[in-house]
Amino acid sequence: MFAFIIRRVFQALIVMLIISLLGFAIKQSVGDPVREITGISVSAEERDALREKLGLNDPFLVQWVRFLDRAVHGDLGNSFYFKRPAFDVILSKAPATLELVFATALLVILFSVPIGIYAAVRPNAWPARFLMGASIVGVSIPVFLTAILLIYIFSVTLGWLPSFGRGELIEIFPGWKSGFFTWDGLAHLVMPSVALTTIMLPLFIRLVRAEMKEALETEYVKFARAKGLRPSRVLLLHAFKNTLLPVITVGGVQLGILIAFTILTETVFQWKGMGSMFIESIERADTSLTVAYMVFVGFIFVVVNTIVDVIYGLVNPMVRVAGGRS
Amino acid sequence: MTRIKQFFNSFFFYRFIRDPVAIGSFIVLAVLFISGFGAPVIAPHNPYDTTTIDIMDSELPPFWYPDSDSRFLLGTDSQGRDMLSTMLYGMRVSIFIGLGAVTLQAFLGITIGLIAGYKGGRFEAFLMRVADVQLSFSTYMVAIFFGALFQAAFGMGLYENFAIPMLIFIIGFAEWPQYARTVRASVLGEKKKEYVEAARVIGLPSRRIMWNHILPNTLTPVLVISTVQVANAIMSEAALSFIGLGMPVTRPSLGSLIKAGFDFIFSGSWWITLFPGIMLVILILSINLLGDWLRDFLNPKLYKG
Repeated sequence: MFAFIIRRVFQALIVMLIISLLGFAIKQSVGDPVREITGISVSAEERDALREKLGLNDPFLVQWVRFLDRAVHGDLGNSFYFKRPAFDVILSKAPATLELVFATALLVILFSVPIGIYAAVRPNAWPARFLMGASIVGVSIPVFLTAILLIYIFSVTLGWLPSFGRGELIEIFPGWKSGFFTWDGLAHLVMPSVALTTIMLPLFIRLVRAEMKEALETEYVKFARAKGLRPSRVLLLHAFKNTLLPVITVGGVQLGILIAFTILTETVFQWKGMGSMFIESIERADTSLTVAYMVFVGFIFVVVNTIVDVIYGLVNPMVRVAGGRS
Repeated sequence: MTRIKQFFNSFFFYRFIRDPVAIGSFIVLAVLFISGFGAPVIAPHNPYDTTTIDIMDSELPPFWYPDSDSRFLLGTDSQGRDMLSTMLYGMRVSIFIGLGAVTLQAFLGITIGLIAGYKGGRFEAFLMRVADVQLSFSTYMVAIFFGALFQAAFGMGLYENFAIPMLIFIIGFAEWPQYARTVRASVLGEKKKEYVEAARVIGLPSRRIMWNHILPNTLTPVLVISTVQVANAIMSEAALSFIGLGMPVTRPSLGSLIKAGFDFIFSGSWWITLFPGIMLVILILSINLLGDWLRDFLNPKLYKG
């Protein structure tokens, strides 16, 4: 088990190194930091002196190690556009994204669990068939299209819900402005989170259904039934409780999909979170910020994935053996 | 002639003709492909020909509105281009990128999966590990990140000029692990069978055993994931185009048409963005349904869903 954890952490480190190397290579190839600092009215000698002082004449690998060292200490460079450290910019946008993800997660849990259980218990009933069919359709509709459709119906035609921005915000902690505590903020949250839910929900319904089906086949569920326990008790306490762990761990791996779809959703609704910041940074050619976002999100992703893998490995020894020798 | 007769008498055709969903999605898909690739012939207007476009025709509604124009069946977009023609041309770009990306990922994935499965070894194990890690990132995230990296590295102008090959490369590169894993898994199952052993005993070179003996027997799962992969590639392309990392508006795909029309939804011109959207959904849905049917047919042991 210990070797397994070491191996996973080692792998996570390598992945982070590759991400940082890619990001750093792009940063190197675009723009000249000296020119950005000095402008044009500085002589060539002074520029060379500054270049030497900043260490820009060092070999690529030396500079990369310096970049890594700074990144580990939370310094991901400065954003050209915001004129602030990129890390600060990302942190200031993080609450918006987190609130969107939180609301979506809430909706996904609320719907996927009962629907998944139902579809597993009665796979041939017509509502279950309908829901599974609908989930194929749901997967085939890109998230930005759902979002546009929602905007057209509820903002443009009916005029019920606001279509962009976060609305009225209240500062709950220093630096964390929340939209959860005003009606206006909640109204702004409805459509983005529903759009994001429609794309994540089918995945989770299928996941819950598959795990539940497997659990219902096991001996202990049959035994619980034979004992004459109430069906609801068997379902929830015996079967569902044991599907929770695989659902959570496999669900945790969907983080990559969630990040990608968050970028799309935030772009449509002009939700001022990390995703729309990322897209704007690309449009403004703010390479520092683009790279900082990638390194930051890559880091979160790798950490979450590693933790999830380790937990799964603790519970399910088969994972530890598979791919062990690599 | 006998080949055709054989096909019509096959079990494949028998099952196909008795499944309304399969036939329906096949017909829809065939119509979409033909009208997409035949766009220069079929489309009533040429959206690339700027001399025929009149800005005065912009934002005309589709035919059932009273103030529509009979020249433009589905209305016009913000530049006065005929929606139907623009969509057909856009769909051609989308399908082309989708097929190109799948060809690339199939080539990469099958080669790596075949060699990794048959030869094994450290390097192959390493490649499969890379595939695992890349898969865990999800193809969308990899595609978006690589799109962003490419655009930063090459600059906006160059990126847009070579958008089609760039997108094929990005999406193809983002999704090769799917093929590699599928092929490797079935190669591992095949290589212990007697015919492989027989071929080895005759003294055939391993290259020939891999490509001529094992590969044909692993093609069934490859075929099954290929259809779904085409749909995924088209979706990825649309998503990349929508966030501005894909096709430029001057040579639009369905995704960039949706992006371009999105701004006009607030003025009530819904058709500019929703028609390409509907077309995209129909295209993806019919591919997915056909893929589902194919999977059920080729692998009846698998549970549905």
